[in-house]
Formats: sequence, C-alpha cells, structure tokens
Amino acid sequence: MYIKRKEFIQIGSLATASMLLPKFLKAFEGQTMVPMGNKVVVILQLSGGNDGLNTVIPVRNDLYYKARPRLGIAKDKALLLTDEVGLNPALAGFKELYDDGSLSIINSVGYPNPDRSHFRSMDIWHTASQSSEYWNNGWVGRYLDAQCKGCDKPTQAIEIDDILSLALKGDNIKGIAVKDPRRLYGTANEKFFKEVNKSHTLAGSSLGGGRDEKGEQPADYLYKTMAETLSSADYIFQQSKMHPTKADYPKTDLGNSMKTIASLIFSEINTKVYYVSLGSFDTHINQEAQQQRLFTEMNDAVKVFVKDLKANNRFDDVMLFTFSEFGRRVAQNASNGTDHGTANNMFLISGGLKQKGLINPLPDLADLDEGDLKYKVDFKNVYATVLNKWLKANDKEILAKQYDYLNFI
Amino acid sequence: MSLTNQTKNQHLMWRAGFGPAVEQLGDLSKYSPKQFYKALVKASDKKPEYINVADDYLQGLYMGIEEIGRQQKKEMTPDERKMVQQKNRDGIRNLNVYWLHEMVNSSAQLREKMAFFWHGHFACRNLNIFFQQGLLDVIRRNALGNFGTLLKEVSKNAAMLNFLNNQQNRKDHPNENFAREVMELFTLGRGNYTEHDVKEAARAFTGWSATIKGEYIFRKGQHDFGTKTVLGKTGNFDGGEVLDILLQQKSTATFVTKKLYKFLVNEQPDDAKVEWLADRFYKNEYDISKLLEDIFTSDWFYEEKNIGAKIKSPVELLVGIQRMLPMKFERDEVLLLIQRSLGQLLFYPPNVAGWPGGKNWIDSSTLMMRMRIPQMLDDKDEFNIKPKDDDDQMMGRPSTELRMNKNEDPKATGMKASGRLNRPIQVNIDWSLYTKSYESIVRESLLGNITGTLLQVKSRVSPNLIKQFSDQTGRENFIKTATLQIMSTPEYQLC
Repeated sequence: MYIKRKEFIQIGSLATASMLLPKFLKAFEGQTMVPMGNKVVVILQLSGGNDGLNTVIPVRNDLYYKARPRLGIAKDKALLLTDEVGLNPALAGFKELYDDGSLSIINSVGYPNPDRSHFRSMDIWHTASQSSEYWNNGWVGRYLDAQCKGCDKPTQAIEIDDILSLALKGDNIKGIAVKDPRRLYGTANEKFFKEVNKSHTLAGSSLGGGRDEKGEQPADYLYKTMAETLSSADYIFQQSKMHPTKADYPKTDLGNSMKTIASLIFSEINTKVYYVSLGSFDTHINQEAQQQRLFTEMNDAVKVFVKDLKANNRFDDVMLFTFSEFGRRVAQNASNGTDHGTANNMFLISGGLKQKGLINPLPDLADLDEGDLKYKVDFKNVYATVLNKWLKANDKEILAKQYDYLNFI
Repeated sequence: MSLTNQTKNQHLMWRAGFGPAVEQLGDLSKYSPKQFYKALVKASDKKPEYINVADDYLQGLYMGIEEIGRQQKKEMTPDERKMVQQKNRDGIRNLNVYWLHEMVNSSAQLREKMAFFWHGHFACRNLNIFFQQGLLDVIRRNALGNFGTLLKEVSKNAAMLNFLNNQQNRKDHPNENFAREVMELFTLGRGNYTEHDVKEAARAFTGWSATIKGEYIFRKGQHDFGTKTVLGKTGNFDGGEVLDILLQQKSTATFVTKKLYKFLVNEQPDDAKVEWLADRFYKNEYDISKLLEDIFTSDWFYEEKNIGAKIKSPVELLVGIQRMLPMKFERDEVLLLIQRSLGQLLFYPPNVAGWPGGKNWIDSSTLMMRMRIPQMLDDKDEFNIKPKDDDDQMMGRPSTELRMNKNEDPKATGMKASGRLNRPIQVNIDWSLYTKSYESIVRESLLGNITGTLLQVKSRVSPNLIKQFSDQTGRENFIKTATLQIMSTPEYQLC
C-alpha cells in the first residue's frame, strides 16, 4: 500500500516510542492505513428537547397552526421539501442536502412509556434501556465492549467535550472525551502525571488487595485508565495534526467540534464513533429566537462538514445522525414556548443513504396521547440499524435484544 | 503484617465518615478502633437541626395560608413564575453548599455519612426547595434510627411523592411508578416481587399526596378502599400496611444490607457476611445503629482486603480534602462546579436508582479532573472544564452556578460568559494545623508520614518522584507541595 512520507514518519516515531506505550497502541505499529470504506458514525445530540414540529413542519396541517397560533411557522417561510413538508427556515443547508439526496428524515421516533424529565429521558436514549430499567452503561460503550474484547482502544469512540457522556461508557471500555486535541490534558501537572504513569511499579500492594472477578485491584483500574488516557491523548493529538482540514468552519463551538472531527476522519485514527452535543433546546420561553440561533449554528457547521467530506471523498463513509431526548408538546404554551413532549424526528446525513428524504409519514396530529405525539419508530431500531448495517457490529448483543432493522442503510 | 491503629482508624474515618480531619491526626494512633468508633457514635447522638436556606420571599409564598398560596401561584405572571423557579434553584444550590459544609465540619460524621448513603438510596430529583429540605431532614433525622420509620417518612414526603408521580395515582387511574420503585429500589430489589404485586400495591398508595406546603395529605376521595393481595397477603390494605408487608420480607433486610455493605465495606460483597448481617438487621427490627455496630466493630471490617479498596465518590473526595486541609472558597459555586464535573451533584441524582458508584465514577475525563483538583486549589492549574448542562435544573437557561452578580466585572471574577472559569479557583487553605501536626517528625521520615496519613493503599509512586516534584526549599513548603502531589495520584482516589 502506498504510504505518504509524512505518514510513514508518523508511524515510525510511534514505533520507536513503543516501549513506553501500552499494548493497544503497539497494535498500530504494523497496521496498515485505514482504507477508504472505513465506516464512521457521527452522533449529534440536540440537548434539551428540540421541538420537532418546528423543525420538520407540517405546512398544510390546520391542526398544527391551530395548536400554535403564534409559534407555527407559515408555509411561505418554511423551506419546502414537498407540498406538505417544510424545514425550519434556519436549515437552508439541510434543504440542500435533501435536494442532493444526502438527507433522510425519520418522523415520530420515541419509545414506550416516555419520560418527560430531561435527565431520565436522555439516560434512556444513552443506555437504550426500556423506560422501566436503569442501566449504568451506554450503547456506544457496549459497542466498545463488544468490538474490542481483550484489547484497549478507547479512541474507537470520541466525544468532543470536556466530560464523557453515559452513552460512551461501557462496562470494560469507556470512550474518551476531548474538547481540543491541542490542549487535551496539557495541565500544570502534566509532566508529573506522565512520570507517575511511566514509573509506577505494577506490583500489587498488600493493602487495597481486594480483587474483583478479573483479579484486578481498584488501583489497577485507575492506573489502566490513566495510561490509556495519556497515550490516547498523545495519539489523538498526533492524528489530528496529520491531515488537518483546510476547510473554513464557522467559529462556533459546534463549528470547532466538526472541524476536529473532520481532521480526525481524514487521519488514520481508529475512531468509529464521534459524539458531539448542541444545546440547550429547552425552549419553554421565546422559542423562536433560541431555536433559530441553535439551528443556524448547526446548519452552518454541518454544511461545511459535508462539503469537506465530499471534497475528501469520505462522505459515503460517514453517517451523521441527530437526536434529542424528546420532542415538545403539540400546543404552544403561554410564554411563546413549548413544554416537554414525547416523539420527535431524527435527521440522517450521509452519501451512503439507501433510503432518501422522508422515510415515513409526518406525525398524525389528530391522534394524540393527551396532547403528545405517539411514537411510531423506536429509537432502538435506528441504533440496531446503524450498529448492524453500518458498523457491522452485533447489535443484538449490544442492545440486549433483537430490534428490527430499518432500510435507510 | 499487622496493621497499625492509625491505618485502621483512618479506614474507619473514611468509611464511617468523610475521612480523618486535621484536628484528629494526633489521636489516630492513640486509640483503638473500638474506642474511636464509640466516640464517633457519641458525636452523632444529637438530633440534627432542620436546615432552612430558603429565601424569605419563597418562605412567604409557600408557608402562607394554603389557599392564598395556591391562589397566588395561579395568578403569577410568567416573570414571577420565572423568579420563583430561580429562587428555588438558588435554594437547592444553597442547600447543597450548606450540607457539604456540614459534611466537612460536623463532628456527627457517622450521621452525615449515613445521611449521604440514604440520599443516594432514596434518590430524588425535585425542584422545590422546601420539599428537598423536608426530605433531607427526614433522612438526617432517621439516618441512624429505624429503617422502617425512615422508609415510611420518605414515602410520605412531598419531594418523593411528586418525583414518583404519586399525585397522579388515583383510584380509577392508578400510577404504578411509586409502588414499583418502592419495591425495586427501596426495599425488596428485583426478582422478589411480581408485576401483580406492583399493581396491587399501587392501589394501596392511591390518595397519598402532599399539600402545596409539602405536608403529607391523605386524599380520601382518591383512595381505593377495595381488597388487595400483595406478596401473598390479602386485606383491605392502605399504603402503610403495604410498607409493613414489605418490611416483613427478609429480602428487604438482605437488599438494604448488601447495598450498605458495598457502600461501607467493599464493592465486592461477601455473601456470607451480608447474610449474617442481614439476619441480625432483620431480628433487630431494622435498627440501623445496631447494623452499623455489627459492621464497624467486627474484625473483618479491618482486614487488609477491605482497606483502600473503594473508589471515593466525588463528594467523598471533595469533602475529604477539605477535612484534611481546611479551606475557604472565594465562591462556593466552585464546589458545585466540581461536583458536576465529576458526576455527583448533590440533590441531582441521575435517576431514582441513585449514583451507580464504584468504577462508574472513573473515566478519562473524571480521573484527570480528580487528579488536577489539588493543583487547582493551589492556584497552579486552572479550571478550564465546562460541565454538561443539566436541563432539568436549568430549564433552558444558562447555568446559575457561576452566575455573576450584576455589578461584578466578569474579568474580576475570572469568568467568561460561557460559564467557564478562565483562571484558577480562588481558595485560601489554612495550612497551620496540618503542617504543625508533622512538627515532631524527623526530616527523613517526613514523606513517609505524609503518605501514610493521606493514602489508604501502598503508594506505587516512588518517593523520589514525589520529592522531585515538590518544593524542597524549606520544611513547610515541602510538606505543602508534597501533600498536594500525593493528593494528585491515582492512589488518593481510593479509601
């Protein structure tokens, strides 16, 4: 395989330092470059409960305008996809993707017995549990557990944030949260941490000798996490410098995050899942301005991201999807906002979509559950589809149940 | 190897409290663990004071005559409603800081530690400051008392009834949430009841509700007076009688004991010991103090495999540092920011199952953040981490934890509009007692002594490395910097 000189040097320098590296990094020594066709998922979380009805707008439905006399978005303002469906005016880039055949919309996504607490509902989306169950690990984390038995590659799932979400925490392997690869753990005590990591003696101590079923002491686990963190940080930083994107991303939080993701996708990193959040969409008051502001940020960042991927021939290998912990009530409230609801829509963006455009009908506003939308698609069907068809993973094991697949992949 | 009294007493202090306090350093090797435990029990004898941090305006609004209160609440403008929500959130923030302060400074360590356990066991999110104060009071008063009494008081508490939707549990429209969680998470545990038991128990709890003031009220008209069958017993039960039936089940004693064993002794439960403890807990009619005595006066509690075997929770870590190094924060909000960044913000458990604990505390971000805290306290590192938003708490508005007063200059407070601190945490550490406690130690033994005081496991870091990263220009500087470096190691995360 043809290797560019710059990359060759990168690999070479990794190899010489390999005595200091844990075994998962050593695995890269002999590895070939990530080939084209390496599928990647980008998850964009819209935190706070995005109002789906003002995102994908039923522009010919009287019930919609009746329920939202002031908040409803008029047909002539919406970006029309069909005669009946329009997008929020701030999503012009998404409209272009739709026209281009690179965008799909799944309507009425949710789960049985919906919870209206942000935290709890987000937990349910992160863990993929039933709403009556409390799980301590996330679906992406369990993907890591399943994919990587016996090896440690926390960089397979990266969250662009300071704090790691539950979604990325597996039982044995947890993803890694990185806000800025240049900064990473560049702290005042960094040298000390590196020295501690390098020099500590692995000999188990007599105290704290309680061992778990794997024969591991709590201190082993801490040192393992520390070693992984430090070496992953170096690895991510190196990779991010390899092919930094030249595209002009907006100078917003999400713009910076998408830029980081693009640069990593163009590198040879082993990352399969990227995770990033935007919020807060919790629009109880004066929804229009807040949603528009956030959508503009999302629209501008995603637009450049897609263009960048296309220019680098990676758009067919990347699947970006959005979700929110819940949608909002159909009727607006007294403060020009909306309160917590249930089912919601999801955007899927990729050059590799099998089913394009509107995948299923808009929600039925005449058939509500006490003022809330009824879900038609369980989000776990979407996860199962992505895991199985895109990431070629064992979705049944990861989701602890066999969910039917959808056809968008 | 026989363990010293100092190690054993430190072990006791970390588990039965929030770690040894600097004032206790001299006593740690003087007494036996039995004597130490006796003193701990005595210090927790007193009934705790009701903590009230609510704003006067809210006080008037909620504590006024009920009907007028209800009337006023209905007629509030959106702006007033917003203000009330804000004051409630501020109240819960103040309650957090107040209770954290008690954990650091109170001599009733055993009581506060057990209250902290029950706070996770009876996990509850509620944005009403009075309801939260009420629940905290129930938990602190009964922390060392009788589990049955505690369970009953929690079950009649407004915060919990609201959180678990029992207001909606009516004769013709049962809501099973409360009944289910009481069985699954508070008493029996999964597998010890059926769906039918949940349905029937839910009927018994119909009509259990709370007034706007947070007082328990039995709404007769909503109660189902019919015959129910719960766990094989049939009768015309009300909620109290169902709780009694749950307490009669041996599995309740086992479930609670096992959870407590994992919290106090070891994440890896020893089934035989749990069974022995649960038997006695059951026979002693759920006397919590007797159960604690069984644990803390046993020989096996002080076995090596149980010492240093637990990963400190974020609150234990944060409180433990402050007990050893008394300090004053310029802005108390920093304490909340740290809790949030590390994944444990008091009064905001992730769900009714509480914080999962153990290894779940640790990932790449939280571990590095934990190890950076000591340097942040010493102005050597900056707090450049932005915790995730909690929308339940913020209702779509920016975080209030770092809200600036209007007349404050953002630059002066070291905060950016994004809520991110861009300069070190401002804190004053009072080192005097701490450094004084080492005054009789000869120079060669100094580092070994500091390590022995701070760590419950043998350090894997070589003493030379600690020395290399410490300030060796004088005895006091050395004690300070070596202490902070040791607190920055993985070992310090264990207790």
